[in-house]
Amino acid sequence: MDLDYGERYEAFRRQVRRFLDEHRGQKPAGGLYEAPRADLVRWLSLLIEHGYWARTIPAEYGGYGAEPDLLETVIVDEEFNRAGVPRGMMAQGPSMLVPTLLEHGSEAQKRRWIGPTMRGEVMWCQGYSEPGAGSDLASLQTSAREDGECFAINGQKIWTSGADRSEMMFVLVRTEPEAPKHAGISYLLLPMDTPGIRVRPLETMAGRIGENSFNQVFFDEVRVPQANVVGRRGEGWKIANTTLKHERGSLNANAEALFLRLVKLMKEETSNGVAAIASPVFRDRLMRLQARVLAMKFHAMRLLTLGLKKEPPGVAGLVVKLQNCQLHYDMASLAIDAMGELGVLYDHSRYERERGFWQAHSMFSLGLIIGGGTAQIQKNIIAERGLGLPREPKPAS
Amino acid sequence: MDFGLSEDQALLEQTVEGFLRDRVPIERVRELRQAECPNDRGLWKELAELGATGVLIPEARGGSGLGLFDAAVVAWCLGRAAAPAPFLSSGVMAPVALGAVGGAAADEWLAGIASGERVVGVAVTETFAVREGAGVALEGGRLRGKALMALDAHGADAVLLPVGGERLALVPTGGRGVGVTRLTTIDATRSTAEVALDGARPEALFEGAGPAIARMLDAGRIALAADSLGACESMLAQAVAYARQRHQFGRPIGSFQAVKHLCAEMVAELEPARSLLWYAAHSFDALPGEAPLMACHVLAHASEIGHTIASVATQVHGGIGWTDEQNLHFWYKRIGVGRQLLGGPGWLRERAARIQGLAPAA
Repeated sequence: MDLDYGERYEAFRRQVRRFLDEHRGQKPAGGLYEAPRADLVRWLSLLIEHGYWARTIPAEYGGYGAEPDLLETVIVDEEFNRAGVPRGMMAQGPSMLVPTLLEHGSEAQKRRWIGPTMRGEVMWCQGYSEPGAGSDLASLQTSAREDGECFAINGQKIWTSGADRSEMMFVLVRTEPEAPKHAGISYLLLPMDTPGIRVRPLETMAGRIGENSFNQVFFDEVRVPQANVVGRRGEGWKIANTTLKHERGSLNANAEALFLRLVKLMKEETSNGVAAIASPVFRDRLMRLQARVLAMKFHAMRLLTLGLKKEPPGVAGLVVKLQNCQLHYDMASLAIDAMGELGVLYDHSRYERERGFWQAHSMFSLGLIIGGGTAQIQKNIIAERGLGLPREPKPAS
Repeated sequence: MDFGLSEDQALLEQTVEGFLRDRVPIERVRELRQAECPNDRGLWKELAELGATGVLIPEARGGSGLGLFDAAVVAWCLGRAAAPAPFLSSGVMAPVALGAVGGAAADEWLAGIASGERVVGVAVTETFAVREGAGVALEGGRLRGKALMALDAHGADAVLLPVGGERLALVPTGGRGVGVTRLTTIDATRSTAEVALDGARPEALFEGAGPAIARMLDAGRIALAADSLGACESMLAQAVAYARQRHQFGRPIGSFQAVKHLCAEMVAELEPARSLLWYAAHSFDALPGEAPLMACHVLAHASEIGHTIASVATQVHGGIGWTDEQNLHFWYKRIGVGRQLLGGPGWLRERAARIQGLAPAA
C-alpha cells in the first residue's frame, strides 16, 4: 500500500496549482455554458496551451500532445475540482465524440472537428435514444435513406441534452433496414442548422437543471452528405459502444464535497431549536452515508491503481455507476428530511434553503440513476459480465 | 500510488487460503461443532507453523512482525472459510495490546502465541456495553466480577481484560478464582464465554494501558470487519455458483433478472467495502490518527452489508439454502454474531460521530 503519488507527480501538482493561482481570474464568470461563447473559447484555448485540457490529444489535431499519463490526468482533475474551477469535461463533444473520432474517424474528420470541439468553438449533442429505443438502444428506428451523395434522415431522438445550443450532433441512424438490428446502424455527424431539424425542449421533473437541458429532436427529410459517416456504414453500433465506454461516472469526485455540504446543513438547520445533527436518527443516517462515501472514495483509489498497472478492473469497475448515483440520491434525501417542512420549498420561495439545491440535486440524481444505462441495466451488466451469470434467453418469436 | 495488496500480501492470502481449503473444508467445520470448544488447538498449532498466528508479533518473539493489513488478509481468509480459530483474540487483539504495553510477561505470552502453544482470549465487552451487572474491579491486587461474551476465552490459556479505562490484566484461566463458562451462540465457529473472577490474582497488571486498550479495540474491529467480509465473499460465490447450476422453468435461475439482480446488488456492496477495509487496515499501520474513525466505519459498514448479503445469498439458494445440509448457515451465523461483537453498528456509528465532534460526549 502506497498512497503517495511520488515526487515527480507532486511537482506536477504544484505546477497545476501555480497555474490555477495565476489564471483562475480568467475563467468565464458563472457556468461555462452560460458564458458568452468567446469567453469560453478563450478559456479553453488557454487551458490547452498549458496542457490542462486536450492534454493527450495530438498537436496536429489541436491538442497539447502530451503522452497519456493516468496520474497526471487525475491530478489535473483533483486540483481543478479543489479550486472549484471548471474545465468543461461534462460536454458531450469533448468527452464522447472526440475519443470516438480519435479511434474511428478519418484523417479529414479528425482535422476538421477535434480542435474546434476541444476549444468550445463547436458544441455537440448526442442523438442516441429514441422514444422506442431506450435500454434497447440497438432497436432504434430513425432512418437514413440513400439519396444521391446524401442520406435523407427521418425520425425522432429524445433525451438530447444541449440540442438547443449545439451546432452539431453525432447521431445513430438506421442505414441498412434489411440488416439484423445491430448491423444496420451508422454513426453520422450532422450540422444542427440543416433544414428539416426541429428541436423541442423536454422539461424534466426538476424543472430547472441549469447546464442540463433535455430535448426531443425531430428529423423530416434531413439531408446529410454520406461523407459524414464515421467509420464504415453499418458499423455504427460498434463505434457507439466505444463512445459509451467514454461516458464516465463523473459523480465520484463530488461525493465527498457533497457529504461535507450535508454535514454543514445538518449543523445549521434547526427545528424546535435543536440542530438536525443533534437528532440521533438523522445522525445515524449521516454516519451510514459517510461509510459509503468513504468506501467509494477508496474504491476509486483502487480502480486508479488497477488503471496504472493496466490491469482490467473487472466487476470492481462495473459497480461504480450504480453505487455513486444512488449515494448522491440518498445524501439529497437525508438533506431534505433534515430540513423537514422547509425542505420542500422551491423556485425562490420564501425560506427556501440553498436556492432549492437539495431538491434539484435529488431529482437530478434520480435522473442519473436512470440515464446512461438504468440501474436495472447496470445490474444486468454486473451480473452477466462481472459474475458470469447467463443472459436472459431470447424470446421465441 | 499503489492502493491494494502488495505481492507479499497476495502471496500470504494464497498461502492461507490454500491451507484452509486443504485442512479446514466445511466438513471439518461441521465436525468441530460437536467439540466442546470450537477452537481446535491442533488447527491453531498448524496455523502457527504457517506463520499466521504471529503475523503481528515481532520477529524477536518468533512472529513475522507484519502489520494489521496483513492480519486483515488472514482474518478475511478465516471468515471466507468459516474456520474456527481464536485469531481475532490471540492473533490480533492480544498481540496489539501486549505489544503496546511491552515487558517480560507480555513478551513471553507473545512468543507463546507465535509458536501456537498458547491462546489468549480477550474480555472487552464491558468497555462499550455493560450487561447483566458485568464488570471487573481490582481490590487489593485481586480481581472480582464478571465479563460477558469474552472472545475465545473458553479453551484459552489466559484472558486479557481491561480493568477500568487505564489498566489491563492478564489472567491465566487455570488459576484460583477464575471460572470460564462457554456462552453458546448461534455460531458454532466462534467461541464466546463468561469469565467469572472471584479473587483471582492476575499474572500481570499493566498500568497506563489506555492507549493499548484503544489500539486493541481498533485492531479488533478492523479484523472482525475483514472476517465478516470474507464470509460475505464466500456466501456470494456460493450463491452465484448455485444460480448458474440450478435449473427451474427449463433454464438456470441465474438467467432470471429477479435472481441475477440480487447477485449484482451483493457484489456492488462487497467490492467498495473491500476497498474501505483495505484503507482502514492501512490507516491502522500508517495513519494512526485516522484509525479510530475508520475502525468504527468499516465494522459498522461490514455489519450492514453482511446482514444483507447473508440473507440474500441464502434466498438465492431457495429452500435448500435454509437446510443444515447445505452448510450456508455456518457463514450466515458467523456474520450474524460478528455484527454484535466489539460494538454493534448503531453504537459504532455513534462513536464515529463522536470522534468527529458531531455527537455529544458519551
